[in-house]
Amino acid sequence: MTTRRLPLPAPWTYGFLFALAMWIATTAYAGIGSAGATLSSAIVFGAFSVVVGTGQMFVIASGPGNIDLSIPSVLTLSAYVSMTAMGGRDDLVLVGLLAALAVGAAAGALNFLAITLLRLPPIIATLAWSFIFQSFAFNFGGEATLKPPSLLSQFAVWRVAGIQVMPLAVILVTVAAAVALRRSVWGRQLLAVGQSEPAAAFAGIPVKRVRLTAYVLCSTMAGLAAFLLAGFTGGAALNMGDAYLLESIAVVVLGGTSIAGGQANAVGIWGAALFFNLMATMLNTFGIEVGVRLVLTGVLIILVVAVVPRGRTG
Amino acid sequence: MADTAVSRPSAGSFVVPFRRWTGVGLPTLALLVMLAIIFWIRPAAMSYFGFTLLFKLAIPLVFAALAQMLVVMLGDIDLANGAFVGLITCVSAVYLADQPLVAIAIYLLLIASYAGVGLLIHTRQLPSIVVTLGLSFIWLGLAVMVLPAPGGQAPAWLSAFVGWRPPLLPLPLWLAAAAALAAHLVVSRSSIGAVLRGAGANPRAVERSGWSVLAIRVCVYAASGFLAILAGLLLTGLTTSGDANIAPAYTLLGVGAVILGGGAFTGGIVSPVGTVIGAMTLALAGSLLSFLQVPSTWQIGSQGFILFLVLAGRVLLGEKPS
Repeated sequence: MTTRRLPLPAPWTYGFLFALAMWIATTAYAGIGSAGATLSSAIVFGAFSVVVGTGQMFVIASGPGNIDLSIPSVLTLSAYVSMTAMGGRDDLVLVGLLAALAVGAAAGALNFLAITLLRLPPIIATLAWSFIFQSFAFNFGGEATLKPPSLLSQFAVWRVAGIQVMPLAVILVTVAAAVALRRSVWGRQLLAVGQSEPAAAFAGIPVKRVRLTAYVLCSTMAGLAAFLLAGFTGGAALNMGDAYLLESIAVVVLGGTSIAGGQANAVGIWGAALFFNLMATMLNTFGIEVGVRLVLTGVLIILVVAVVPRGRTG
Repeated sequence: MADTAVSRPSAGSFVVPFRRWTGVGLPTLALLVMLAIIFWIRPAAMSYFGFTLLFKLAIPLVFAALAQMLVVMLGDIDLANGAFVGLITCVSAVYLADQPLVAIAIYLLLIASYAGVGLLIHTRQLPSIVVTLGLSFIWLGLAVMVLPAPGGQAPAWLSAFVGWRPPLLPLPLWLAAAAALAAHLVVSRSSIGAVLRGAGANPRAVERSGWSVLAIRVCVYAASGFLAILAGLLLTGLTTSGDANIAPAYTLLGVGAVILGGGAFTGGIVSPVGTVIGAMTLALAGSLLSFLQVPSTWQIGSQGFILFLVLAGRVLLGEKPS
């Protein structure tokens, strides 16, 4: 037996480790037969969290204090606009996708404009916009749920050889984000800006343009999530984005990205998203009442942040 | 104002009174303009009864915003504030009438857990945004356990208190003025207030001069919990029942009120009077639109718009917000 201390696993792996533990616990309770179904549903629901989380990650990585609180309202508004643009017609699916992405991109640009022109803290700027976007969504859709075209609904649950395509597409998004962070010029500039804005500016990095891109990307991802989610859940609804305010921040932080910015991990978001969804499944399977389930969710979030070692303190 | 001087040594002495003026002045101006519009449309609202109706629902938000302000003063943020107020309405509606001692014991326990959160955030150097995010799930879960569906009954004395008609001014204005004055004296005027703000602006300096920033954080979090309990109690009295999901908007409206009132996330820069007026401004923004007969779907948007408008005013006046 060696007495050497094992090196601690990297922070971003903790989400996966905790997710694995939840999965094993669920399977031990419900029987091995349900293991596959548990995991595949966690992957599908996790995919939506990953899309919004990846966007939030770009914003959070762009420096201390940067955060996007408008994600839920952008998501809801994009879903309404996109569903209206398609009007339930299969041949307009591409138009709907473009509409969702365009609403997202515009929202991101507005967020950043408010931050720079009015010199507001990002929390306040994105919060004020989120109120306004929410009102737009109210007026656009009202209380009604707008139905997606059947082609989109089919895509959301489309399987090739038993494997769901939609989560696979989201995995590709994650890979693209990870490569962009590590290899692309913009990714390196984003992390540099996040670490020290003055240093990045002295190094000739266009700080504003880099941040603008981060905010636009973030809202565009929310638009993408809206499009997919509306297809999956059967339409745009007023409260469809609500859960993603806290979740988008939680998956980013639990995924190993520093809340202080300058350091990001795209792959870890998957671990955190799986952890969240498997935890929900586990507490459901145990037949725990909803109040206790919420409390345990909160305790686990705090526990995970408290035990995961951080390279840079936030 | 040692804290402002510490964080902005090059700003010069003019900036401090100017910032204080714009911090309180702009939301006050916005509030007066909105009131003027309302009174112009409905002169009848300019009465004791009218003021009571207009500001009734602003009062719980005022206390929730002050609770948020204390946390922002330390450079932290409390994303669980609204869920906590919801929990308090549930506890109050279920226990306060019949088992007041149980209710008080729960309140004390909750204040202690707020202090515990401050302890955890400080000792483990955790980002408050994530801890309070987890905490919001805990408060909501506890509230649902106490009261699974909206209901319960506020004690008669509590409903009677919020319906009380004191002399001279309507109750909401008395409460707002008292809260603003008390918080102003403690946070902005007292020597301990300078230390508290210093703990947010420059913790190392405060630590070096012999204070324990840990103890300060624990106490300030406990005080924040206390103020949020007051907010919950007043809200219970107004709605005469409890609801776990009644106040999620308080979290972000509270943050908005703090910033509107001249606060900043950098820590140490907060204005209690500004926060109180900011909260009343945001609360009134909603009712203004119903006076203008704008559909209620635009109400929440109007709060965003007012936030932008007032904060844009600050930029126009040449201040550099942090």
